[in-house]
Amino acid sequence: MAFDWLEFRRGVVDILPVVTAALPIGLLFGTLAAAKGITPVEAMAMSATVFAGAAQFVAVDLWTNPAPVLLLTLTVFLVNIRHIMMGVSFARHMGKFPPWQQPLAMFFLVDEMWAFAERRALAGPVPPAYWWGMSVALWGQWLLGTTVGSLLGRSLGDPRNFGFDFAFTATFVCILIGFIRNWRTGAVLAVSGAAAAIAKLAIPGAWYIAIGGLAGVAVAYLLAGDEAREAEVGS
Amino acid sequence: MTLAAYATELTIAGMAIATYLTRVSGLYLVRFFNVQGRTKAALDAMPPAILMAVIAPVAFATGLAETAATAITAVAALRFPLIVAVAIGVASVVALRQLMG
Repeated sequence: MAFDWLEFRRGVVDILPVVTAALPIGLLFGTLAAAKGITPVEAMAMSATVFAGAAQFVAVDLWTNPAPVLLLTLTVFLVNIRHIMMGVSFARHMGKFPPWQQPLAMFFLVDEMWAFAERRALAGPVPPAYWWGMSVALWGQWLLGTTVGSLLGRSLGDPRNFGFDFAFTATFVCILIGFIRNWRTGAVLAVSGAAAAIAKLAIPGAWYIAIGGLAGVAVAYLLAGDEAREAEVGS
Repeated sequence: MTLAAYATELTIAGMAIATYLTRVSGLYLVRFFNVQGRTKAALDAMPPAILMAVIAPVAFATGLAETAATAITAVAALRFPLIVAVAIGVASVVALRQLMG
């Protein structure tokens, strides 16, 4: 089967706002890494193989010389625990991916790409070319931004001044709106939002996403409609 | 001593492996779920529940400017395409941060 370039282009176009907003973030990451004595080649290798913005920022923040291998590995794992839940959900929509492509595709499971893929999945299985389009654009940009930032080696100004940090929240809000179907979704959002906000204030680290997500999922399980319960009895 | 010489390389490798493990595990964990009935309802709720949890600290616990900008973005998202709504959200957070100091 020929590669679906139309879907590939759709993926690139959808992720473009995120790519734009992430460029100054990548530059900032590169400069922070340089300040900690991480060479441009090492920073590039990290962005290429880890490809996780939040985790990389946390790791560089904790970075000392020589690097504390176990502490940083464990911290990165904890920051990324949310991806386990995202992966379980996304795996259900990968029916069109050949089996050998699936573990490769999961390497690129970044929050923003996952959100777009889930939105796409509302209309059916996610076209692989759509995923690869997003992957190439965002991964390429992250690599480029990091490398340029670490070569410049000095701060280019805080992305907060231009509101770039908020672009990610705004993107998630827009995608989230599309998922609201009925009062049950409202209840799920109220509980996951409250649980995550409280967890963020009460517990250090990145546990709030897993806690909020699990709380919301529990509500959905408890509130499942009559159709859902009947399907369960009938099975 | 020899290990310390490679600490940076080992750390990057550790970070990469830890991250990939969290990303790929869903592919294999999903096989343990009987995806129907209540379980399906719970899995279907995962995207909105996680998205909400991701934005909650900024939306509710960072500052008035961020909370107001989140609300403005949500309203904009009901009327405009994503890219326009995101631009409105970013512009409003910059303006609100200026106003609220």
